[in-house]
Amino acid sequence: MAEKVLMKGNEAVAEAAIQAGCLHYFGYPITPQTEIAAYMAKRMPKINGSFLQAESEIAAINMVLGAAAAGRRAMTSSSSPGVALKSEGLSYLAGCDLPAVVVNIQRGGPGLGGIQPSQADYFHATKGGGHGDFHMIVLAPSGVQEMFDLTGLAFDLADQYRVTSMLLSDGILGQMMEPVDLAAPPPRELPPKSWALTGTKGQRKPNIVNSLYMNPEDLERLVMERYERYAQIAAAETRWEEFLTEDADVVVVAYGALARVAKNAIAAARAQGIRAGLLRPITLWPFPKAALQALAGRAKAFVAAELSMGQMVEDIELAVRCARPVLRCNRTGGMVPTPEEVLQKLEEATA
Amino acid sequence: MTVFQKPRALADVPMHYCPGCTHGIVHRLVAQALDDLDLVGRTVGVAPVGCAVFAYNYFNCDMIQAAHGRAPAVATGLKRANPDSVVFTYQGDGDLAAIGTAETVQSAARGENITIIFINNAIYGMTGGQMAPTTLPGQVTQTSPYGRDVTRTGMPIRICEMLATLESPAYLERVSVDSIKNIRQAQKAIAKAFRCQAEGRGFSLVEVISSCPTNWGVSPAEALDWMREKMIPYYPLGVYRDKTEGGEQA
Repeated sequence: MAEKVLMKGNEAVAEAAIQAGCLHYFGYPITPQTEIAAYMAKRMPKINGSFLQAESEIAAINMVLGAAAAGRRAMTSSSSPGVALKSEGLSYLAGCDLPAVVVNIQRGGPGLGGIQPSQADYFHATKGGGHGDFHMIVLAPSGVQEMFDLTGLAFDLADQYRVTSMLLSDGILGQMMEPVDLAAPPPRELPPKSWALTGTKGQRKPNIVNSLYMNPEDLERLVMERYERYAQIAAAETRWEEFLTEDADVVVVAYGALARVAKNAIAAARAQGIRAGLLRPITLWPFPKAALQALAGRAKAFVAAELSMGQMVEDIELAVRCARPVLRCNRTGGMVPTPEEVLQKLEEATA
Repeated sequence: MTVFQKPRALADVPMHYCPGCTHGIVHRLVAQALDDLDLVGRTVGVAPVGCAVFAYNYFNCDMIQAAHGRAPAVATGLKRANPDSVVFTYQGDGDLAAIGTAETVQSAARGENITIIFINNAIYGMTGGQMAPTTLPGQVTQTSPYGRDVTRTGMPIRICEMLATLESPAYLERVSVDSIKNIRQAQKAIAKAFRCQAEGRGFSLVEVISSCPTNWGVSPAEALDWMREKMIPYYPLGVYRDKTEGGEQA
């Protein structure tokens, strides 16, 4: 195994992007993700890339759109209020079928909220993220290693399916340090970017990148074709981790940093004789519906643990078709539950 | 002998513009400049939201359509990702001077090596004639039905003068397409703006005083008179910055 490097989560994201060949980063300062911009500002000039501090989140995402349209790997990162501002660009990226990577190191909301960790942007990330019919691939790392690995994957998936990949993380993962193996992911065979705006060089017809269709039949057809692509993504790219679920009577569903708290709670529950397990979605969109459905055949109850008032819980209830009770374990505003608080829900679920 | 022909950079398709609208003239001037400087194969154009939204169909170069006001940000991304390309935006007054003010000012302040063609016709065209940041005092529009009341809405923004307060722009000129003489000057200015970019000198913007007979509610000929009599006095034509070769304001 390669030597590991001690890194902050945010730095791991930035390094992974660079290793993935992303030479164009556009961002705007916001806590708790600023280390990503700082890392890019330091590295990009040395590798012939471009770092640009934009005048706004809106400008940053549109710069990403421009660089993506030129056929280059491009990224922006922000935190919740800033990501909300990017919604316009996220919708245009989808409408233009451009690949891009957007990182959200979530903080508490609504409004200016706070700067402590949160998962309250689940709806924004998984249910569209802007106006119109569209999806982004949403990846949820649970540690610094995954901050690195999933950022690389985000670029590959974006290029493969011509979609935006969002890394949905939080202030804990962004700020914490862990040893990281900086090994490159296995290479994927990716389609050529024949649509890129590189200038015709007088050798082909002009390429047009556009999201406007005045004929509703054309627009409907294109959206439907896009949804066929989304179905392919759901079939091929849904990712999750199961932990001690084989014999579990109660299954915690949690992602990101909170999944680690849940693992502690599950260990404590097992010590008390409660057969608890964890399903950790790694892709929040596509959501691991089938895995949850399968577990609903064995487990008696679920606990939806979230750093929000309960957003993913709606997808869990849909996935298990309300056939099993889904208890809620919610802290919000930047508060994080202790393992004991999660354990309490496990006891409740099996009482 | 051919004495006049359509520029190669202009696509051979019908344009959707209203009779008497000057967009067609300005499109031709842009295409002519790309032809003359032999830039078509390197060029990426950015269409705005507004009447010129379909510009992506009208030029024989790679084109992208940007969100409302964001064209300079999209152009920045295109140019930074591919510095060898020639990138221009084509924007109206609502797009550039209202919703996209930040992108306009900041791309100019960065000295971004792009070219902006700014169509100032003192009104929102595509949405049916609302008040723009450049609508003249007293001018009647759908959203200033009693005439623009400057005590409530302030005075119109003069973009070239505003951007000329910045150090970074390389070339700023205001031209008009109300007459043959002025069209010839506009042709020179647009060509100069593209040359400025091709030579790597930085941000260039040409503001083109233009007409909108449909939403002004006048005939095309009256619209040209209105440009001369009402617009040009408030928006003086001329060079506001010139750091190009032989430029007076280096």
